[in-house]
Amino acid sequence: MLANAILIAMALIILALVLNIWRVVIGPDITDRILALDTLYINAIALLVLLGIHMTSAAYFEAALLIAMIGFIGTTALCKYLLRGDIIE
Amino acid sequence: MTLLLIVLIPLLGALLVPVAAARGRMGAAWMAGALTATALGLLLSLAPQVFAGEILVSSWAWMADIGLYFSFRLDGLGLLFALLILGIGLLVILYATYYLSPKDSMPKFFAYMMLFMGAMLGVVLSENLILLLIFWELTSLTSFLLVSFWRHRSDARQGARMALAVTGGGGLCLLAGILLLGEIVGSYELSVVLASAELIQNHDLYAPALVLILLGAFTKSAQFPFHFWLPHAMAAPTPVSAYLHSATMVKAGVFLLARMHPALSGGDLWFYLVTAAGLVTLVFAAYVALFRHDIKGLLAYSTISHLGLITLLFGFGTPLAAVAGVFHIINHAIFKASLFMAAGIIDHEAGTRDMRRLSGLFKYMPYTAVLAMVAAAAMAGVPLLNGFLSKEMFFVETLALQRLDEWAWLIPALATLAGVFAVAYSLRFIHDVFFNGEPKNLPKVPHEPPRWMKIPVEVLVTLCLLVGVFPAFTVGPLLATAAGGVLQAPLPEYSLAIWHGFNEAIVMSLVALVGGVLFYLLRHRLFALHARLSPGEFGAKQVFDGLIRGLLNTSRCITHLLENGSLQRYMALLVGAAITVGIYAAAQHGAVNFSMSGTSIPINGVAIAILVGLILAGLGTVILHRHRLPALVMLGVVGLCVSLLFVYFSAPDLALTQLSVEVVTIILLLLALHFMPQEAKADSGSGRRWRDALLAGGAGIGVAGLTWAVLTSPFETLSGFYLEQSVPGGGGTNVVNVILVDFRGFDTFGEITVLAIAAIGIHALLQNLLIKPNEPGRYGWAPAKPPLLLEVISRPLLPLALMVAVYLMLRGHNEPGGGFIAGLVVGIALVMQYLASGVEWTQARLRVDYFKVIAVGLILSLLTGVASWIWGYPFMTTTFTYLYWPVVGKFEVASAMVFDLGVFLTVVGITMVILAELGKLSGPLAPRPVQNKGESR
Repeated sequence: MLANAILIAMALIILALVLNIWRVVIGPDITDRILALDTLYINAIALLVLLGIHMTSAAYFEAALLIAMIGFIGTTALCKYLLRGDIIE
Repeated sequence: MTLLLIVLIPLLGALLVPVAAARGRMGAAWMAGALTATALGLLLSLAPQVFAGEILVSSWAWMADIGLYFSFRLDGLGLLFALLILGIGLLVILYATYYLSPKDSMPKFFAYMMLFMGAMLGVVLSENLILLLIFWELTSLTSFLLVSFWRHRSDARQGARMALAVTGGGGLCLLAGILLLGEIVGSYELSVVLASAELIQNHDLYAPALVLILLGAFTKSAQFPFHFWLPHAMAAPTPVSAYLHSATMVKAGVFLLARMHPALSGGDLWFYLVTAAGLVTLVFAAYVALFRHDIKGLLAYSTISHLGLITLLFGFGTPLAAVAGVFHIINHAIFKASLFMAAGIIDHEAGTRDMRRLSGLFKYMPYTAVLAMVAAAAMAGVPLLNGFLSKEMFFVETLALQRLDEWAWLIPALATLAGVFAVAYSLRFIHDVFFNGEPKNLPKVPHEPPRWMKIPVEVLVTLCLLVGVFPAFTVGPLLATAAGGVLQAPLPEYSLAIWHGFNEAIVMSLVALVGGVLFYLLRHRLFALHARLSPGEFGAKQVFDGLIRGLLNTSRCITHLLENGSLQRYMALLVGAAITVGIYAAAQHGAVNFSMSGTSIPINGVAIAILVGLILAGLGTVILHRHRLPALVMLGVVGLCVSLLFVYFSAPDLALTQLSVEVVTIILLLLALHFMPQEAKADSGSGRRWRDALLAGGAGIGVAGLTWAVLTSPFETLSGFYLEQSVPGGGGTNVVNVILVDFRGFDTFGEITVLAIAAIGIHALLQNLLIKPNEPGRYGWAPAKPPLLLEVISRPLLPLALMVAVYLMLRGHNEPGGGFIAGLVVGIALVMQYLASGVEWTQARLRVDYFKVIAVGLILSLLTGVASWIWGYPFMTTTFTYLYWPVVGKFEVASAMVFDLGVFLTVVGITMVILAELGKLSGPLAPRPVQNKGESR
């Protein structure tokens, strides 16, 4: 039961990933793209954790942790760039 | 051992002289003098053995496989030259101490001098021919430094460059010749080479080897047609000219002729090449010397002429001629060094060296005048002076030569003609400078030089007289020993008397003396004739300059062909070359195995989805590449997909690294983008775009095909070894990390060093860089106040990141992680503080000098490597052990972890230096334009 649920969840997350990437490609505005990238990061965390459960392995955990911890910094920097042009002032 | 010290003392002295200069200008001079005197003392302590006929050799292996030994040899010839180098060197040091003005840096001059002296001693004392060549090139390099000592003068720089080009080029020929010679003989040791004359001269390679070695000798000794560099090298300070261009460096060429005499001389090729070069140089340079108005120019051409005379004598190939050649080496060194010093005194005290303005100096400096006149008379070959004796021997040898049959009169006749010129230019030097009326508008009133400046000249002139009057008592033993060293055989019969009876040689001397005086008396007509016949300069410098210009233009053309500034072209060339090589290799080795079997890579829905995402994102980047910010976002997607693939294919170390690098990349590019146009304009026309698409597609398909072939072919990889050895050899279960910090630790050390250098380079490039940031877009920038939420969130991030970094670092040896990733994580967390709270706020709280962090990291890594020496293991050998702690239990400690800590610190430092420096380019801490008069950036 749980195994099936995880498989379905993974399929949906993957679909979301592809749609995110599609959004990044078509835009149309830069803010759309940045938002899509950020969502992509979130979905990637979900995918990694699901994969870990699915494979019963802890090997995926660090990657998910790292994305969670520092992934948003890229988004922050991009937003700061849009706001101020200069990200380190 | 003593032999080695004689060479090393001056070389090490080059370091000691500047140290001694801390005690003032004279400290440098005293140190140089003391070291030279020490080396001279050591040499003299060995002299009795050499006089007894011994050949001292001491040898150490250097690169024995290629025949290079650190071996030295002292025989008669080496002793003579070493005596000249050290003896005259000592006098020149004394002279230079008073010659150099307070504006000239004395420590620098003497340091160069000592370097040159050591190199020159190395040339004359080497037993190994390759070693000799190394010192030979060192003399070229150090003479470059000495000639260009007054580097603010363009003639000095040009003269030095020309001397280096000519003698350095000759050195390369000499290297080729020596290698051929070693090929023939099978050894580079002089003892062996000198004893294999028959083998060498009957070998097919004899002719090319001889020509190449002679090219080396002729360029160094300024033989025609390579003579032109010497007059231009006269832009050097006069002590340098007295030392290098009379006594030592230009004698290196004739030294080589003398040294190789037993092995190479005798054949027709040697005779014609060496004799012709010597004869032309002798006559031509003597003629030109007469028409030089600069005293040093006259002396330079006279030196060339005398070197021609010596070359000519060695060209004869007979033992007696070799004795005469050695004798003239001694005499010429003595009188020419004193003449150069006298010329320097005149220049120093009268302010010019132009003989058209100098006249009547006898009244102002009678003492110096007498000294110079005696030396000039020795140069002319006046009886009772040393020059006369060797010139007499030279005339006798030209008459004794049997080789030319009906042309036998040619050489004596031309020798006499050169003698006439020599007398004439010597007379001109004496008469024009010291007599001939009053001086014409000199810059200052000439007077006698300081006492100590005259002493070296006095010593040398006294030697001229002593040798000239009592040759057998003074120079006899040294000459016999040196000539024995040249011939490596019993000496022929010769006598060193002043008077050998009335013979043909005396007639030649008399003709030269009388003819020279007559020639000088007719000089005004001759000068007019000379001016009519040769309207311009002698062409050698123009030819040389033309050659250099041609070379420069050619290389510029080639560079422009390859490197025209178009990045597209470089990429096209690189990728095109890779495709060509790939196709060539495939054609050579037949079809590649493209089977579907044997693949072990799990492909399923997840992998395919990530791959599709990767392809989409890659295409998107290409399409958007001219809109820079969207392209950067796309690039972020590419990076994330790659990281996911790494995770999926069980490469967690790579994935972690890729993730952190991704964030750093975005920040770095955004920092740069602030100063760049947001939209790039199209650089390529459609034709070129199609070409590039074709190249890129071809290369991509090629690489994919190759990868496929590799993955599906059965083969044994190295990974098996590393997987097996990881725990027993490196004590860690994370193979990737063990390879990085242990098996290939030396590589990693090299890489972090390169990174550190790059960071310092970036820092240097960004120093005071004034660059204009972008203007705000349609809506303007948001208010300067940092967003509160961002600030609040960034604060707890730092300790959290630090904890994760420590975790990654500690477990790195056994599980995914390690110093590099941990360093990046800390770097990112620190940059986040800059990002959220600004440079000023962060710098006030984070007072860390990141260069020190880098340095500590590198030192830690280095120490881990060096520490293994202490226990007698090779560099970078690691060790590990297991410890038991209560609560914690068993855990492993490896020395590689200290190394990893070093990597960690270096990476943190580098990331911070690069990002923070870029960030400081705009904003409150940005460099401000310096208001400086007339300075533009």
